[in-house]
Order: sequence, then C-alpha cells, then structure tokens
Amino acid sequence: MSDDQMVTVEVDGRQLKAKAGTLLIEVTDAAGINIPRFCYHKKLSVSANCRMCLVEVAKVPKPLPACATPVNEGMQVFTRSPLALAAQKGTMEFLLINHPLDCPICDQGGECELQDVALGYGNDSSRFVEGKRVVPERDIGPLIATDFTRCIHCTRCVRFGAEIAGVRELGATGRGEHMEIGTYIEKSVDSELSGNIIDVCPVGSLTSKPYLYSARAWELVQREAVAAHDSVGSNLNLHVRRNRVMRVHPRDNEAVNECWISDRDRFSYEGLYSGERLLRPLLKKGNEWQEVEWQDALEAVAQGLKRARGTSGNRLGALLSGNSTLEELYLAQKLMRGLGSENIDYRLRQSDFRSTSATAPWLGQPIAALEALGAALLIGSNIRKDQPMLAHRVRKAALEGAEVTFLNPFEVDLNYRARHLVAAPSAMLGELAAVAKALGIKGKLVNGVEVSDAHKAVAESLKSAERSTVLLGNMATAHPDFSLLRSLASDIAEASGSILGFLPESANSVGAALSGALPGDGGSNAGEMLGNVHKGYLLLGVEPTKDSWNPAKAQATLQQAEFVVALNAFRDQGLEQVADVILPIAGYAETSGTFVNAQGDWQSFGGAVAPAGEARPAWKILRVLGNLLDLSGFDQVSSEEVLAELKATLGERKPDNGGVASGEEEIRLNGNGLVRVGDVPIYAADPLVRRAESLQRTKDAMAAGIYINAETAKTLGLAPGDFATALQEEGRSKLPVFIDATIPAGCARIPAALAGTETLGGQIDNLTLEKA
Amino acid sequence: MANEVCFRNMDQDRPWLLEQYRARGGYEMLSRILKEKMPPEKIIDEVKASGLRGRGGAGFPTGLKWSFINRNAPGHKYVVCNSDEGEPGTFKDRDILRYNPHQLIEGMVIAGYAIGATCGYNYIRGEFWEPYERFEAALEEARSAGFLGNDLFGSGFDFQLHSHLGAGAYICGEETALLESIEGKKGQPRYKPPFPAHFGLYGCPTIINNTESLASIPVILEKGGAWFKGLGVENSGGSKLFSISGNIKNPGVFEIPLGTPFSELLEMAGGMKEGSRIKAVIPGGSSAPILPGDVMMDLTMDYDAIAKAGSMLGSGAVIVLDDSNCMVKVLERMSYFYHEESCGQCTPCREGTGWLYRVVNRIETGRGRPEDLDLLDDMTVKIAGRTICALGDAAAMPVQGMLKHFRDEFEYHIEHKRCLVG
Repeated sequence: MSDDQMVTVEVDGRQLKAKAGTLLIEVTDAAGINIPRFCYHKKLSVSANCRMCLVEVAKVPKPLPACATPVNEGMQVFTRSPLALAAQKGTMEFLLINHPLDCPICDQGGECELQDVALGYGNDSSRFVEGKRVVPERDIGPLIATDFTRCIHCTRCVRFGAEIAGVRELGATGRGEHMEIGTYIEKSVDSELSGNIIDVCPVGSLTSKPYLYSARAWELVQREAVAAHDSVGSNLNLHVRRNRVMRVHPRDNEAVNECWISDRDRFSYEGLYSGERLLRPLLKKGNEWQEVEWQDALEAVAQGLKRARGTSGNRLGALLSGNSTLEELYLAQKLMRGLGSENIDYRLRQSDFRSTSATAPWLGQPIAALEALGAALLIGSNIRKDQPMLAHRVRKAALEGAEVTFLNPFEVDLNYRARHLVAAPSAMLGELAAVAKALGIKGKLVNGVEVSDAHKAVAESLKSAERSTVLLGNMATAHPDFSLLRSLASDIAEASGSILGFLPESANSVGAALSGALPGDGGSNAGEMLGNVHKGYLLLGVEPTKDSWNPAKAQATLQQAEFVVALNAFRDQGLEQVADVILPIAGYAETSGTFVNAQGDWQSFGGAVAPAGEARPAWKILRVLGNLLDLSGFDQVSSEEVLAELKATLGERKPDNGGVASGEEEIRLNGNGLVRVGDVPIYAADPLVRRAESLQRTKDAMAAGIYINAETAKTLGLAPGDFATALQEEGRSKLPVFIDATIPAGCARIPAALAGTETLGGQIDNLTLEKA
Repeated sequence: MANEVCFRNMDQDRPWLLEQYRARGGYEMLSRILKEKMPPEKIIDEVKASGLRGRGGAGFPTGLKWSFINRNAPGHKYVVCNSDEGEPGTFKDRDILRYNPHQLIEGMVIAGYAIGATCGYNYIRGEFWEPYERFEAALEEARSAGFLGNDLFGSGFDFQLHSHLGAGAYICGEETALLESIEGKKGQPRYKPPFPAHFGLYGCPTIINNTESLASIPVILEKGGAWFKGLGVENSGGSKLFSISGNIKNPGVFEIPLGTPFSELLEMAGGMKEGSRIKAVIPGGSSAPILPGDVMMDLTMDYDAIAKAGSMLGSGAVIVLDDSNCMVKVLERMSYFYHEESCGQCTPCREGTGWLYRVVNRIETGRGRPEDLDLLDDMTVKIAGRTICALGDAAAMPVQGMLKHFRDEFEYHIEHKRCLVG
C-alpha cells in the first residue's frame, strides 16, 4: 500500500493511521476504542439503522454514525464528547422504551449486547410510562427460539440471511413501531447456517431453542473445541456447565470458519445426550448382550482378536471412522500392524479403489483461497450440505463473478447462480470426458464423446480464469468409477491450469490418511474387507449399516466373522447384530485429540467434559489393548504423547493429491437400467449427528425414500405416496416414492445412512424398483 | 403576474390534452433542443441561472443537482420525478398532473437529455388515481406523437418514460425510499452518501426532482433563466405554486411569484372565513414549524423570509388556522401522522415518533403531567438530526414550533385538563 492511500485521523486525541475510505468504526475497533453499536457487524453490509454509534466529527453539525462514515485525512473525531454522548444516550433511551426490561427471565440475560451497553449509556429509570409493544411469538423451526417483543430492529438477522446464508428467509414487515421481523408467510428458517442468527442477534429475540431456559450465561465455562463433522474443522467454543455441553458457539478463525459455523456443528452436541448413548462395555453371551466390567470386556477383546488372528495377522481387519481423532487412528493402525495386519482403512464410503496409492487427498489450496477463485468445477458434490462453510467461500467467489459448474447426478440446491451439468451416475463420466475433450485431452475415455457448448464453456471458464479449481466431492468418492472421474479431473485440472482438490468427507479424513489408517502392502481396503470375510474385525466409530458404501454386504460379511469388536459411543442395532464386544468410547468433546482439516491444519483440542458413564477415550482403550496383546510401543500416558509419536513418524509428510493418474479405462457402472444415487444427507453423516434430536426435526433431515422424476415414475407405474421395493444386488428395502424434478432420467435418489436404508446395497449402483 | 409557469395554460379548455398543449407551443423547446443538438451544459447553465430551487420542500438548487451527474459515466442513468406529494397540506403536484401533464413530460425528456439519461420514471402517489390516469393518457399521447420513444425528432436521442404508482406510504416521498420502492423493495430511505447522483435507481446515476421543478423546465428554457429568476426575489427565483388550505374562504392552488406578501396570497384565497381571526399559519407543509398569524401577516412568501422567521417555505403548503383551533389538538393530529408514517428503520424515529404522539395525546386527553413539556423538548432534540432521513426532523419540527409559540396553551391543557380555546 502506498503512503498516499493512508490517512491520519484523530480520535479522542489519538492519532490513528488508516486506509482512506475505511469505515470509522473499523478504525476505532482496530485501535481498541470502543464505540457502542447494535446494527453494525463486521461481516454484514452497513445499514446504519440503530444510531447507537453516533459520534462527533469536527466541522459537522450533526453527530455521524461511525459505522457508515469513511475516514479521510485530518478528520477529527470525538467519541465521548458531550454531543456524542448525548446522541448515544438518546438512542439508548429510545431503544429501551419498547424493550421489555425483564432481563432476569430472558435467555439472553447476562450476555446481551443491549444489556451491556445499557449499563454504560442508559438511565436508571425510564421516562416512558406508556404500554410497551408486544409481538406474538413465531415458530421458525426446531433450532431457533424467537421472542420478537425483544427485537430492536437492527436487521442483522435479515442481512445475515440475504448476504451470508444466501436465502432471504427473514425480513422486516410493517412500518414504524409496527415493524416486525418474520418470515412473512409462516414457515421455518431452513438454511444450513441458520443458527448464526442466534449469535448475530444482539438481544434475546433469537436464541437457541435446544438450549432455551436451561442455563444462565454466567454458569457456563467456555472450552475451545474443533467441529467433528465435515472437513472444515470449524473452530468452536463449547459452553459447559457441570460436566455437560450446554451449547456450542463459533470461535473466530478467519482462515477456517471466519465467525460462522454450520447448524450441524452448532447443534450436534445434543447427540451426546441421546438415550442411545453407550455407558458400559457390552459383551455378547450367546445371543444376549450383557453389561460387563471393563476388565472382562478388554480381556474378551484381547482373546477374541488373538483367536481370530491365529497364526496370521492377515485374518484381521480394521475399519476406522474418519471422524476419529488422529491419536485414535494412529493407535488403531499401530495395533493392527502390531498384530501383523495391513488390512486397515477409513474409506468406508468408497467402492472404487483402483490404483490408489497411500496419498492423503486434501483441498489442494487454503480454504480462504476458494473466495478468490475465478472458476470452479465441482464433481459429485453437494458442497452446500456436505461442507457448508466451504460452500460459503465458493458462494462468495460466485457472487464476485466466478463461474461455478456442478457436475452431479441431480441438481443440487444452491444459493447463487451456477452452471449445472446434471447426468445420471453412469453418464457423469461422459460429461466429464466431454469437458476434458474440449480442453484437447485425448485417450480412450475421451474418444467418441460429443462436446456441447456447455462443455466448451466449462473448459473455457477454467482455462481463462486466473485462479480456478477442480474439486471432487462426496458423491464422486462414492462413485463406482471414482478412479476414472478422478483421473479425468486431474487431466482437466492440468490442462486448464486449475488446482485439483478434494472435498474430504469427514472431520479427520485428511488426518486418517496421514496417520496410516490405510492398507499397507498386500492389505485389504475397506471394500475388500467388507466384501471378503475376515476372521476378526476392529471397528472404530463405525456403524456399518449407516457408514459403509454397501450396508447390506457389509452387514452380511461382518456377520460371518468369528470375532468383531466395536468401539463406539452409541448403541446401534446394526452393530449389535454383528459385534461380539462393544466398548463405550468417549464422544466428541469428551476426549482430547487432533483433527486435520481440508486445508491440512492440525487442530488439537482438549476434552471439555468427562466421558458419559463408563465410556473412555478410544486412544486409552487402544493403548490398553496394545498392552493386553503384549505389543510394544503402547506406553503413552497422554494423547499429546501419541501425537508427538505420530509427528515424529511422519516427519515432513504433508497431505498430497498425487497418485491419481490411473491409466485405468474399464468403466464399471454400466448405463443399463436404473441407478441408485445414494448421497448422504447433511444430518445423517455420522453417528453423533444422527442422534442430534433437534437437527433431526429440521427440513434438511430427509426421510428415507425413493426420489424420482415424474417421467421415471410414470414409466415404472409409480405415483407419489406409493411404496416401492428398491432391489440391489445384495439388498432390498421398501420405501415411499417421492416425485422430484431435480433427478435426471435413469436414476433414483435413495439417500443413504437413513433409517430404512440399512438393508440396501451400494450407494451408487444398479437398482431395480418394483411397486410394493 | 400569476400563472406564468406551471399554470400558464389554466385558461384553456381541457388543458391536459396534447393538442391544447401544442397550441401554446408545447414540445417546441424539446424539438429545438434535439434538432439543434443543444449542448447539455448550456441547458444546465440555464437552469442554474434561473435560480430554480427544488419545489418538493428542501429547496436545493435544481441546476446544481443536475450538474452532479457525470454524463460520461458508462451505463444507464435515470430521471425520476417525485409526484408522491405526501406532505400534509400539499396538493399542487396533483394539479400539474391533472391539468398540465405534457409540460412535465417535456421537462423530464429535457432533463434526460441534459444528464444523458434514456429512461425516466414518474412516481405518483398511491392515492392519486385520477391524476395517474390523466398522466398515463398524456404519456400515450406523447408516445404516439413521437415525443417519447426512440430517436426523438430524428436526433438519435432515445427516452422512455413510465409512471409508477405508489402504495400510500408517506416515506416514499423521501427520494431514496422512493427509489427503493420503484425497485420493488420496502420503501425505506437509504443512508447517504452515496447520493442518488452517484448511486441512484438500480445503483445508476439518477436525478430526482419534484413534479413542479421538472414541469417548470420547458418554460425556463423557452423564456430564459434570467426571465424566470426575475419573476421572484433574491435567492428565490421564479414563481411557485402554493396550496393554501385551512380556515379560509377559497382553499386552492395559486401560482404566484416568490416574494409575494402572505397577505396577498391570503386575499387571493378569499381571506379568512366569515367571523374568524387568523391565529397561526403553517407555511410549508406540516413538517414546517408553525408561525403565529401576526408574524405571518408581515412576511413575504420566499425561502429567506420564512426561514428568518423560524420556519420554512417547504413545499408551499400553507395551512391557515383561525382562533377556534386548539393547538394541542392540532399537534396531536400531526404527531399521529408522523408516528404512523415512520418507516421503522432507524431507532430515534421509530421509537421517538410514537413516544411524541403518546405524550401529546396524553396532554390532549387531560392526562398531561407538568414535566411533559420538558420531555417533549428533550425528545425532539434527540430525534432531529440523528436519523437516516429527514422524517425525524419533520416529526420534531412541528413540536418545536408549537412549544415555541403556543407553550401557554399546552401548559393550560396540562393544568386544567381542557382546552384554552373553544
């Protein structure tokens, strides 16, 4: 920045330097000068409506709002002069006349911006003696409680919806005193980022419904945490009272989640207190589950694993969750390798493992860099629901003019303009090949493909943009021809000068790969482990009927195993059918550990609360198992020590997207007949969120069903409301039929990981539908 | 000397018809400008020379406003006419729409040419159904005759003009709320700067002028800025429409040169009603502070004279009150209006107008308290000058005016719980 763009302003006698045109409130905030405000928010547009930040500016007769006044050279500002204070106090008096002064019964009491500022700028008694305005309560869904009588009309929530969530769900209707915030037509607020309006609301108008009236702010202890769902690794503050997580707030980190979090990260803590929480070790005796002492359970596990192993470690397999911590994953793989098994994998939602070396796929770029993209091609991704905070960055780029293209098996719902290439799963490869061809790429996959104007436009957008990226999402990973999609994506990225990136699925997908939770030489991958019966299995945080690519097959395979030990935080019917021992592990917030997010940040956190019941942190359980199995290297006394050991093992190793050029050309998914699209809905992604009660009552908590377009339904003789039997190679399930125009011909969307889909086959695989 | 500009056709039969307007040389100025390709700067200079000040109430020099537009900026520019005419007591623009719509159209096309705009909107008050239809009919006539549309008079200059009917909100007369309303949004004023000349309708450079201002343009250009300026007095060029109402014999709209004594205007309106004596006058629409009748009788109707007396010429809405009026009742009515019409966006106005009304209402209904007048004084200070738009000031000024000149009536009301008059 050159000097001439910098100006000097004097605020309360202090000389401050700032870039010309910066808003005064930003300058004073940076200098630690406090100006009271309600409507101003650093991430939202300026509306200057609350008039609380009025300050005196020399040579201007009227007080000016600091939030809307740009600084210029020589400006003299007085934030606490008689004129400024009179204006601020005047505004405060007006704000309070219609505000119920019942802080003791308001959920915001004690952490209310209005309360705080009133302490400094309000009077001790009110001159307003008339009746106050009352606004009827509105139900806007299971997550947010409303009390619009308390509203001070700052419109932060309205601007959040329009500008950040990208959906105008709230607005102000009525004039003057009759102005009210609402949805206009009575409906719920459904954005996947909706919970942030609780944070931006300066008063008790919008509060957390699950938390409502359950604690007071001053009873809570704040502990830092990292979100445990998607690969963003949003930074959190857990608010804890008496060993219970009461609520979750975002913790500012510009490089990761800015100051926002998704609803999944905010409300999933409810799952910790679900009735399905596993509180004591379970041992199967005959066909009965019995609660047993830890000692007995651990000995049974050690014996079971030893017996199943027999003379070859190769008879054992480990299926690990990408939501486990780095320390847990590291010890789990170490245990397996100690037992002589290379059968280790965390990629449970993948079916195509052709030519994958042990890489650690990641975003390929910093999260914040997504904002600066000029073009992006997202393949098989419902990013808005799968990685909401990454979607927010892409949206920002799109609003700045980036050309964003989605190649998906159904048209995903977006909150900005983008190009949609919608194709049934079997046709996705051809679509991608056409983009590749438009970039001059040759090869068997590309030959004979027809290139349309749309494909040319995508190719051109990637090539011409200064910064562009090609990203592979969750549905690409689950695709039976993932390796082909990936290799085409890699070719496209190279030919167009774009960055190749992956949108890792889980909180610690990148960490799992780095920690060694991948098959070694000659080891079985997840598909092979769940396809061919191994004698013994170790499951960590995995519920096979929900968390595997082909639940029917997984369940059948596990059932035939001699011994299955599961480490899980919850009771789960599917697990109880296949396991012999289930060990209760500490859930999210109950254990210390580390996650590696999409951009490769190692983010460690401590345990915020003690584990429920007799549950223990999984890393401790694995360590003890190592001891019981007489393995060396299991003497760590803290998770930090485990982490240090892993770090030493890894050395300089970083996530990398190498090893994707496959040379494979065999197309596995044929386009004959119907194909299932089994995406994982936002609130079904992992065991914790599946048990978060309030999230399960939102609109995004989809019902299991068969979603097909009207044409497909007609061909099959199905009508909405009908039930149909979905038949796949290994499984079947009877489900209701829904008509959905966003689904292309030739496929049926039957989301995975929902109750009712446990007995189905591959997530993206051939399917037959029969009227039931 | 009356009826020289906007009402110069009032002697005609059905003056709103195109043929009548053309019979008096209508659209000839436009035709000349376009055929001669008159330099836009020359037009703006002429308007500046005329001393024309915004007739909507604020009195900002029209020519200066036009000169703020960067003609060479790429993209669209707009001319917007503010026919929202919501200020209580004002009903002059209605008569321009009804009787002289073509002069307004011609003025708007000329304004468009001067600033490089190719599109204009006339925002008409929601309650003005008849004037709206009259204006629409005039638009149709002008389009058919080739005075609106593409390539006007073969000059290559295009200008489209549309009317937009409001929905009855007073706040939409505030220029940026009006723009929001045209854009289909809730009518709420924007924070300024940026001003509409830089960021106006749909974010494009825009001029917004009052109906009377724009309708004066063709005559100013025809007869010259100096001629127009000469009609009025120093700092108040030209003639102006005054809507005079209240306890007088002939309420109505009169075009008179600025600087005419108020007593003459009152005489034109037939004087006070039989047997009644002038008590007070609101000289410029309900937002203007009230002045005692005897003060008014010595004033001339121009910007400076009224301002010097502590009020404002505003939109030229003169409300004359006789001594049968209780000032508490009058203020209660006005305060209710601002309470009802506040847009609700910013705090002092949203909360303050309601409180003002409730306190005045309390006094009017015999529940006043001794401290109420100080409270009112204090509240008006906290509203005026601290809001996004001028509605806050408009709500505060009448209260300040009343308490300045008629405080005794309020005190009497509080003490005796009844009116001093009547």
